Amino acid sequence: MEVLVCVKRVPAPGAKVPLTEDAQDIDTRHLGFTIGPHEECAVEEAVRLVEAHGGHVTVLAAGPPEVAEQLRYALAMGADRGVLVDTGAAELDPEATAAAVVHAIRTLDAEPFDLVLFGNESADAGHYQVGIRVACELGLPIVGGIKGIDVDGAAGDRLRLRRDVATGVEVYEVPLPTAAAVKEGLNLPRYPTMPGRLKARKAQLLTIPFEPAAGGLRKVRLRQPHDDREAAIVLGHGAAAAPAVVDVLEELGAV
Amino acid sequence: MLLTVVDEQPGSLDTLGMARTIGTPVAAVAFGTAADGAKLADELVKHGVGTLHLISHELLTDYAPEAFGEALAQLIARLRPEGVIATGDDRGAEVMAQAAARARLPLATQCVSVTGGDPWQLTRIRGGGMLLEDAELTAATKLITVAPGAAGAAEISEVRAVDECVVEAFTPELAPELARTRVVARTTRGDGVSLATAEVVVSGGRGVGSAAGYAVLEELAGLLGGAVGCSRVATNNGWRPHSDQVGLTGTKISPKLYIACGISGATQHWVGCMDAAAILAVNTDPEAPMVTRATYAVIGDVHDVLPAVVAEIRARAGPRR
Amino acid sequence: MTSLPSRADVVVIGAGIVGNCLSYHLADLGWRDIVLLDKGPLPDPGGSTGHASNFIFPVDHSKEITALTLDSMRQYEKLGTITTCGGIEVAREHVRVRELQRRMASAVAWGIEADLLNPDEVAHLVPFMDTSIILAGFWTPSVAVVDPLQTGALLREQATAQGALTVSASTEVTGIRTEGGRVRGVSTDRGDIETETVVIACGVWSPRIARMAGARIPLTPAVHQMIDVGPIPELAATKTEIAYPIVRDMDALMYERQSGPDLEIGSYAHRPILHEPDDIPSLEAAALSPTQLPFTDEDFDPQMEAALELFGPILNTPGAGVRHAINGLLSLTPDGSPVLGETPEVRGLWSAAAVWIKEGPGVARMLAQWMTDGTPEIDLHAADIARFYPHQRTSAHVRARTSEGFNKTYGIVHPREQWESNRQQRLSPFHVREKELGAEFFEVGGWERPQFYESNRGLLDEFGDRIPDRPDEWDARWWSPISNAEHLAMRERAAMIDVSAFAQFDVSGPGVVDYLQRLTMAQVDRPVGRLIYTPILTPHGGFRSDLTIVRLADDRYRIITGGADDARDAFWFTRHLPEDGSVTFTDVTSAVCTLGLWGPRARDVLSAATEDDVSNAAFGFGTARMITVNSVPVLALRVSYVGDLGWELHAPFEQGLRLWDVIAAAGEPHGIVPAGIGVYGTTGRLEKGYRLMGAELDAEYDPVEAGLALPKVKAADFIGKAAYLAARESGPAATLCTLTVDDHTGIEGTPRYPQGGEPVLTLDGERIVDRKGRGSYVTSAGAGPSVGAYLLMAYLPPEHAVEGTSLLVEYLTEQYPVTVARAGRTPLFDPDDSRMKS
Repeated sequence: MEVLVCVKRVPAPGAKVPLTEDAQDIDTRHLGFTIGPHEECAVEEAVRLVEAHGGHVTVLAAGPPEVAEQLRYALAMGADRGVLVDTGAAELDPEATAAAVVHAIRTLDAEPFDLVLFGNESADAGHYQVGIRVACELGLPIVGGIKGIDVDGAAGDRLRLRRDVATGVEVYEVPLPTAAAVKEGLNLPRYPTMPGRLKARKAQLLTIPFEPAAGGLRKVRLRQPHDDREAAIVLGHGAAAAPAVVDVLEELGAV
Repeated sequence: MLLTVVDEQPGSLDTLGMARTIGTPVAAVAFGTAADGAKLADELVKHGVGTLHLISHELLTDYAPEAFGEALAQLIARLRPEGVIATGDDRGAEVMAQAAARARLPLATQCVSVTGGDPWQLTRIRGGGMLLEDAELTAATKLITVAPGAAGAAEISEVRAVDECVVEAFTPELAPELARTRVVARTTRGDGVSLATAEVVVSGGRGVGSAAGYAVLEELAGLLGGAVGCSRVATNNGWRPHSDQVGLTGTKISPKLYIACGISGATQHWVGCMDAAAILAVNTDPEAPMVTRATYAVIGDVHDVLPAVVAEIRARAGPRR
Repeated sequence: MTSLPSRADVVVIGAGIVGNCLSYHLADLGWRDIVLLDKGPLPDPGGSTGHASNFIFPVDHSKEITALTLDSMRQYEKLGTITTCGGIEVAREHVRVRELQRRMASAVAWGIEADLLNPDEVAHLVPFMDTSIILAGFWTPSVAVVDPLQTGALLREQATAQGALTVSASTEVTGIRTEGGRVRGVSTDRGDIETETVVIACGVWSPRIARMAGARIPLTPAVHQMIDVGPIPELAATKTEIAYPIVRDMDALMYERQSGPDLEIGSYAHRPILHEPDDIPSLEAAALSPTQLPFTDEDFDPQMEAALELFGPILNTPGAGVRHAINGLLSLTPDGSPVLGETPEVRGLWSAAAVWIKEGPGVARMLAQWMTDGTPEIDLHAADIARFYPHQRTSAHVRARTSEGFNKTYGIVHPREQWESNRQQRLSPFHVREKELGAEFFEVGGWERPQFYESNRGLLDEFGDRIPDRPDEWDARWWSPISNAEHLAMRERAAMIDVSAFAQFDVSGPGVVDYLQRLTMAQVDRPVGRLIYTPILTPHGGFRSDLTIVRLADDRYRIITGGADDARDAFWFTRHLPEDGSVTFTDVTSAVCTLGLWGPRARDVLSAATEDDVSNAAFGFGTARMITVNSVPVLALRVSYVGDLGWELHAPFEQGLRLWDVIAAAGEPHGIVPAGIGVYGTTGRLEKGYRLMGAELDAEYDPVEAGLALPKVKAADFIGKAAYLAARESGPAATLCTLTVDDHTGIEGTPRYPQGGEPVLTLDGERIVDRKGRGSYVTSAGAGPSVGAYLLMAYLPPEHAVEGTSLLVEYLTEQYPVTVARAGRTPLFDPDDSRMKS
């Protein structure tokens, strides 16, 4: 099975999210970057699928050249090949991101993918649409919110996809090739091994430069949400606080 | 004209109010049978909506994201509304993204406020609520989804009921292959209290220390009729299943009371629980973000505080038995 | 929320390992109204203490650091926050095996149990290591890990229970108020505190806090990379935090230690990654903590390969992944030592910065003593914040030296090794000539001083038969036989030596005699023109300094002190100026240059250049006079540190070049040579048994032991007098001796030369310890070309401090026979000083 996983480089913030002076971005001078948690599960799932069914995992990221760091992390987890879609430093709107990914997949057309995995939404911008736009453009079926993937059918040419909804679980059955947007909880991603990391360091990434046209949603500025909470009422210390806690529980009608 | 996607879910009609703050007239659109449409129309009259565009098709009898999106895209092409507004729940977001992709229109998701005009000026949530983004949306038809909870909170001017809501039926042309993504099976959650809907959630993080440490949280949740949740640390350590995880990449909840035990309150977690009506934090660190942002706090170790609280509840309940 | 008191006896800023321990020790010494502040929460406010690897290797070449570490280990032991696991420093390269052998010598010198192991023995202790790539291991069974956060919590509790301490976490210092150069108070976001004493124990933030008061703490935050790999079944099976010895892979500049089920790998091998204290993220903005920054993979890659070479057997375990990886911040200083003591800029403002977990409690105990009694029991001259010269406090210097020094953390550093960066800071007026003569420059206090002159290589033909070769590269590193040749030429003819690095202070005014009397051990109320050599004592009667004072007039003296330590002297002399303004202190170092002229022909040379009478009758030993050399007004001092006839010629800095040329021309017919500090500081002085501050002289030894007690004790009171009187009464616990090496032949058949720091042993190979518990070690080592012997100095207890006694010195695990040639100050060369006084 040939699997493509699209990942995004996102900052890993602390309790407060600092902004740059022009309010266009998160101030990442002191922050690390990670693969978004949903996408990290997507990489893990792809590696497991290929371990079980054969094939290759290609991992793709669009953004500045620094996304190489996340591609290498995915390679260290067990992906076979990294594709860097170099779209420059500025944040892309979701239409532009989708265009960049579509361009890259078409460039890689020689080896069609059986499965294209996305994260359900990015951990930073949260547009909830890039995977769907790419799939539509490529004519692939796609279901979002996926928390379970099983290869199905005698020929292994169908997938059973599960997603959680408020009332329970919905099951979809889609023929390959297909796309899916997955959520954290799909699996518990592995930590890269040291030999894996070293191998990933040396791996050659395929770089595809692309300058997508801007879409119709334009970011003006970012800002911190207003937090008008009052300071916490300290009910006490240690076990001695129990009566005060239960008073509050009664007051709130919880007991 | 603005189109608002509605269904029979409670709160679905809240988006109508937000639509009115952008512009008028506002019409509704829904998927379903004629009977569904009639029922909805009765409701819509009270909300001052005079037109319901009812999308019906045999491929749309059960949820099918591609078919739903394609159908909505076709309706947009026919009506050319100024904008389409839908609730940003999982399904609403998915259908709107499908429609946007198929209609090749931009889509702004997770909006909390919108000002009409050209372009629309809007504010949307990023990172589950860790930041707000002011943005401009430029398109022939502007598509937005409203962040869950934001529509109900929007200030709405008094609504004048209309006499009648006309149901305009619309039958899209759907290729049979769009049925490839549709629900083929469903399992319904057993009884028990679900994390997403529980009124009280007792949640534990690093400070719980181990999988076994959750026993006392389970016990307290049982006494309070609540559910147990956890932070990402607990999931990553294998102490709890991911389905218990509260946070940006877990479940976003809005219980009446959230009891955060040994959770420091990193942004990733905070955005999942910040809509709780009240938060009680139990933590050894009085300066942990969760403690400083909570409504109530107890400074101490989870394994000292919780057993004492459980004992206190039992003691108070005792005489009544 | 704790409410802040409005006044305090002392405010300690920073609740890391140092601040917590210091608060406790201050309380223990009777301080009350102590306030401990931290910007972050407790128990882990987010500084380096919270992420340090927390292990302790006690053996260090530095006596000072070792003493602080051992003191700290005793404290951790007492609190029960230490776990002994043992540690092994392994060698992959032959040069490292030698270094481990030197470590062995330091272990013996400081009395720490240690052993050199072969690879099989190492494998026995750490079974999962690939020992086929190592050559040896240096095993220290007492190596341990500690819990600094728990230590801090316990000590805070104890001090609080005594009613001495108020702790206020999450309290940010916004300013330090000063008035007339003194601390007056601390401003915080929770209110102001009046206080006369503030301690900055803020780790990587220290420079920023010091700047609030107008002081500088020269350090920089720098990255130390750490990763955790696991889970590893072999480690998990131990079900404990640490069951195996910690391994330092010295040649890879890395360490590996068990951390529960994981192997923690730390590195000092990557490029220096420096940060600015102002740029460290806040607690809220940091993803992990302010001092745990995002890991930069590319810097760690080579180290990962090195770790796999040594620990491949477990690191390749399936499922073992990199679970945690940080760029941890630690504090680096220009010379690698801590920054302790009262800041020279602001009275009452103390620095307690750049301290590692291993020495934290010890540093705190010493600082508390220092703040209480004016001096600590462990000599801290190498850690004293006052040691830095103005140019060394600049960010340019700090960045240059810390960048250069970072990779020396696990490096092999020669005791004479010179820094490469930020040199050429202070140049004497002779520098241009010295360069022409091919001088090899060594640095002291920023000064470029010739160590020896390539132009003198020809002297080797003349004196070569009296200069033993040093065939071993280590023994000969940063050394040249030319120094010995210069020495012999001086002893036969004359030499000119650039000693412009001397610091010179003029003190004057109506109160000057009383002022100096209080600071000096010797009588300074001597006739105008007299030279006075005097120790400067600590309040406990140990050595603070030793220096020469010239009485220039009834109410004016010049103080002349060595270039290595004079910033500390300037601090001491200015701190003790009377508040009534009756004494004026002027640092004239930059106005005066000094050329030494010494040797049997010195008088002939000087006579040829001056019309003044410089005969012994007219210009006696131990006096100073103004003379004119050609057209240069010179303050001439008839004194010598090399034991030959001659003068120090002090001239206006701008006329220095002229002075050099005149003396060189006058000396030419007499065969004068330029000579370097190799002669002045080592060969010449050792033959004369002269003591060197920082080597023989430190706060842990007194004048009686150093052989510098004076026949009479002056009536005037002076700092350290009571202790000095007591020392005279009780007699020395050890006496400073000069030893000769009897046989240099090492095991490989080549002659070897100890370099200093080696332990002195009995003929049975037993360590020698005096009644105060101090071990005997070589304080200085060097050639005595004129006495035909290699000389060592060491303090020996009375039973061994007997001339003719045979002992052993351990150098690179081999023992060399030595003989006590002199006990006390009598020199081996020219014992009655007839040459100097001729």
